[in-house]
Amino acid sequence: MSPADLAAVWLTLKLAATTTTVLLLVGTPIAWWLARTRHWAKEALATLVTLPLVLPPTVLGFYLLVLLGPDGPLGRLLQASGLPSLPFTFAGLVVASVIYSMPFVVQPLQQAFEAIGEHPLEAAATLRAGPWDSFFAVVVPLAWPGFMTAAVLGFAHTVGEFGVVLMIGGNIPGETQVLSMIIYNHVEALDHDAAHRLAGGMLAFAFIALLLLNLFRPGRRR
Amino acid sequence: MSIHARFRLPYPAFTLDIDVDLPAGGVTAVFGRSGSGKTTLLRCIAGLEQTLDGSLIVSGETWQDGSYRRPVHQRALGYVFQEARLFPHLSVAANLDFGRRRIAESERRVSLAQVVELLGIAHLLERRPERLSGGERQRVAIARALATSPRLLLMDEPLAALDQARKQEILPYLERLHDELAIPVLYVSHSPDEVARLADHIVLMEDGRAVAQGPLTETLARVDLPLRLGEDVGVVFSGQVLERNAEWHLARIGFAGGEIWVRDGGAGVGRTVRLRILARDVSIARHRHDDVSIMNLLPATIITHAAEDHPALALLQLQVGGTRLLARLTRHSANRLELAPGQQVWVQIKAVALLG
Repeated sequence: MSPADLAAVWLTLKLAATTTTVLLLVGTPIAWWLARTRHWAKEALATLVTLPLVLPPTVLGFYLLVLLGPDGPLGRLLQASGLPSLPFTFAGLVVASVIYSMPFVVQPLQQAFEAIGEHPLEAAATLRAGPWDSFFAVVVPLAWPGFMTAAVLGFAHTVGEFGVVLMIGGNIPGETQVLSMIIYNHVEALDHDAAHRLAGGMLAFAFIALLLLNLFRPGRRR
Repeated sequence: MSIHARFRLPYPAFTLDIDVDLPAGGVTAVFGRSGSGKTTLLRCIAGLEQTLDGSLIVSGETWQDGSYRRPVHQRALGYVFQEARLFPHLSVAANLDFGRRRIAESERRVSLAQVVELLGIAHLLERRPERLSGGERQRVAIARALATSPRLLLMDEPLAALDQARKQEILPYLERLHDELAIPVLYVSHSPDEVARLADHIVLMEDGRAVAQGPLTETLARVDLPLRLGEDVGVVFSGQVLERNAEWHLARIGFAGGEIWVRDGGAGVGRTVRLRILARDVSIARHRHDDVSIMNLLPATIITHAAEDHPALALLQLQVGGTRLLARLTRHSANRLELAPGQQVWVQIKAVALLG
């Protein structure tokens, strides 16, 4: 593997790890709210979160670029508050990946929270556990498989993204050039051997990640 | 020291509209048909229902009033749900410790060893809830609630999800609870049998309202209640074992009103036991007859009589010393014997249930 390849592998893992962490922090409260609320806005938010599943990544990337670009409303806001511009930076990639992989984290968490239901929480409250206490002492352990699924899917999906990264990140080696991007470059250059090394590795990674998830899913028939 | 609860909570099927004063000791049964609002009342007291129309004072502490609702986890209560609701990710021991370690050291009046012993679950401590039987689960759930040293124990039909054999397995533990711990218990049930065995007080509920309340013995002996303990109209009172006859396997029980022979239930001399006499097992004679098979004959005064559900039947309330009995007979017999309030008669008691 060339140094550029290695840099892309490292950057991809860093992006996926950062994105997954941010997603678990942001996705958990969203999933919790979606699982428990009867608010009218629930379906609207659920749809919004699901949108990246069906939207072409280039469309998502395009609108993010428009929003975050120097002339976009969010870009201007960032500029006005003295923050660095996001497009074509690693931070920009994280923001885009968080939005793009959101459904893969929120949906398993929401399903896990819904499966727990009201009963254990009521029991915990009558045993003197306040809301936060109940969440960490009862909900997190009971929803643990959901958290695992969410983390693995969020990570794997971020590793595999292409269209959004292309739009918002460009193809800057060491900065925004992720694996899928460099594979594309190799194929364009008709360097199929180099493409195989990376593409094969990604295939193996995705397979192993999903295999582990299935193997350690509780309640799996043995 | 008492519990004052007032709640109004509209539901599609009924409106809970209740204002009760409950004693701060003993077991108070909240009794009524399914859908009469018993569980809702219990959930209101626990703070599990989101109602602001009500007030609740427990032993001088305001738990709810106006716009103030003390959060559930800050109420010193124990709650036993119909399904045990043990935490599946924790062992029995960790389940027991869950509530206990969340209360202040100074609030721990009941020791873990005590509740483990009381409910006979020492051999289960290392197990996971999924490896317990239904009866064991419910015992652990009761122990878990008790381990928080609650000032009020709320039990929502804790035996309803169990079969008859499991119920019989748990009832003795509940009786011990009643005898050994000074924690007031609100016990929701639609089982006349459980109420007769466990309750000291009773609140009768119908369509979201408390239609009667009072000490169990007095309340059961009333003839005017719209809802009695099901088909089994009868009275419950306590007595003391005076003598055990080994030859005939009978025990002589003294109560406020006289003495009575029952089948020996194994309780030792001096023990206090509960007796239940159903109205259908009591018959009336104008004169004392010794040539009948019935052993228990007691002099009584007729207090009042009331109509029964079926037009052929009448219900008679009788004073036997300090105890009130109910007798069910046909209106025809009552008429033939010319029974009237104030009259001295003899009651013949065919069967007495010893409730332990």
